[in-house]
Amino acid sequence: MSVVLNEPGLAVEGEPVRSRGGFVWRTVRRRPSATVGATLLLLVLLGAGLAPWVAPYPLHQQVGPVFGHPSWSHPLGLDDGGIDMVTLLMWGARISLVVGFAATLVSMLIGGSIGLLAGYFGGRTDVVLMRITDYFLVIPDVPLMIVVAAIWGPSLFHIVIVIGILLWTSTARVIRAQVKSVRERVYVKRARSLGAGHTRILVRHVVPQVAPLLIANTVLTIAVAIFDETALSFLGLGDPSRTSLGKIIENAFQRAAISSGAWWAIVPPGALVAVIILGCSLLGGALEDALNPRLRVAHLSARTFRLRPLVGRSAESI
Amino acid sequence: MRGADYVIKRTAFAVLTVFVALTINFALFRLAPGSAVSNLSRVPHATQELRQALKRQFGLDKSKGAQYVLYLKQLVHGNLGISFENQQPVSHNLWIALKNTLPMVLVGTLFAIVLGTLTGVIAAWRRGTLAESATVTTALSFYSMPTHWLGLMLVILFTGILPTGGMSNDFLINPSFWTHIRDVASHMVLPSLTLGLVLYGEYTLIVRSAMLETLGEDYILTARAKGLTPWTIIRKHALRNAMLPIVTLVALSLGYIVAGAILIETVFSWPGIGRAVYDAVLQRDYPMLQGAFLLLTVSVVFFNLLADLLYFKLDPRITS
Repeated sequence: MSVVLNEPGLAVEGEPVRSRGGFVWRTVRRRPSATVGATLLLLVLLGAGLAPWVAPYPLHQQVGPVFGHPSWSHPLGLDDGGIDMVTLLMWGARISLVVGFAATLVSMLIGGSIGLLAGYFGGRTDVVLMRITDYFLVIPDVPLMIVVAAIWGPSLFHIVIVIGILLWTSTARVIRAQVKSVRERVYVKRARSLGAGHTRILVRHVVPQVAPLLIANTVLTIAVAIFDETALSFLGLGDPSRTSLGKIIENAFQRAAISSGAWWAIVPPGALVAVIILGCSLLGGALEDALNPRLRVAHLSARTFRLRPLVGRSAESI
Repeated sequence: MRGADYVIKRTAFAVLTVFVALTINFALFRLAPGSAVSNLSRVPHATQELRQALKRQFGLDKSKGAQYVLYLKQLVHGNLGISFENQQPVSHNLWIALKNTLPMVLVGTLFAIVLGTLTGVIAAWRRGTLAESATVTTALSFYSMPTHWLGLMLVILFTGILPTGGMSNDFLINPSFWTHIRDVASHMVLPSLTLGLVLYGEYTLIVRSAMLETLGEDYILTARAKGLTPWTIIRKHALRNAMLPIVTLVALSLGYIVAGAILIETVFSWPGIGRAVYDAVLQRDYPMLQGAFLLLTVSVVFFNLLADLLYFKLDPRITS
């Protein structure tokens, strides 16, 4: 018995070992929230991706009166330049998503590698890297973004970098915790005793184990990045030549859409941002729940006092 | 004693963080290529003397190291510089703005805490029912909305019913004290409500998961077996123990609220810190921006420290 207990990797699994991907898939399928989130995101992605082909009107052309009312030919009305709102939203979602994905990529690269290094090497590396993370965690994101964006000047590239270099802290922490546990597993120890170098262990054994968690974290970070882009644009720090969803809201606000009664110029872009963030939160939350062992706890349901089984079946909880 | 040790350690970390923030603050504004302060001495068609005089006035003729020391020295004396915009000391401007921001933020936060705790407890207690999915879905929806957009929605809904901009009615001549209070309060409803709604979504989710955690504990089963009413179980046994993560997370979020108020104050033209940041960005009023950033950082660090200390005070199990 003591042999088994000395090997943490063996003591954990109670049920027969199945592929990790299969486990994720089963868990996600059992939660409606993941399906809803994925559907919402897919719809937005489809609309944004197909904008050049299916957008009903040209983007830079006045096709009707300024703040024209919604009608059959323009279901969501027209904006302050007489541009069709549906067209504008499709292109805007495109820019917002690009910013969201690019900024998230930057933050994943930073956060992922810091988490990986800190968790894998431990010791002094861990202390130094986590101390840096702690500092970044405390510094308020939005004001620093504003300051940096204001100094560097408005451009899409700057926004991506600014958001990216400020969002990585939570990723670094989550990944570090996971890597710390993976590092102690038996197969990693065996690989090491067989003479595998750090690079090989990291690439072949550690990264594949933390990758799903990294993906879940990515989905959550995209939501924050898109929110931040919307906020920066609203404060006039967005790229003036690129119409993102945040920019559409800012334009409508600055050009008095509200006092003109043109609610259609301001409600849909924000609602679309909310839909994207909601989709990301639902999907990312469900994925993280399925993957992060710390969140998978047995609960007594208060009303029925039925004990919910531990692994994999706590699917109904968010 | 270990407790004193912990407090000293956390405080030292907070002080160090502020120092790092100070340094970032300095570096951002002075070392960045083509930054604002060095641009100042590049007035077009300026004579050599004017340039020298400007450089001397802003201390730009000194080395970066000397500038840094000078900056720290002035900060210790409470000197944050002079606003480009209204030629007043930045600290004076910030103080006025802070006085306007605090009541609005506090009312909104209080609203969010009360509503969030209520719905969070309901969601956890009625787990797996329609009540849970309804509260969680509502909370998630509000959580997903861009802050300024939610503010604009409220403006659209309440135009004509409630004042949607500014902090007081400028056309009231010599209002009595109570009229003035009523006036400010009515202006405060929408910005506070926006802040409250955005935060409430987050708080509901936090309270719910904290409650679920405690409701699974054995002592809840014991309390139930003793025949206590649900209300007593929630109030005396579950919520008290769930308070730990709730209190710390609320304290943490307080630090960010001041920063989050930037968007709300911009929408409602509320003359607070956030509005000051927005105006400083628009006017490229760098001393103001720098001062405001410092204030926001210090507030976040302070509330972080508060959260740490509260955690320590509330949970006797923490020793290291």
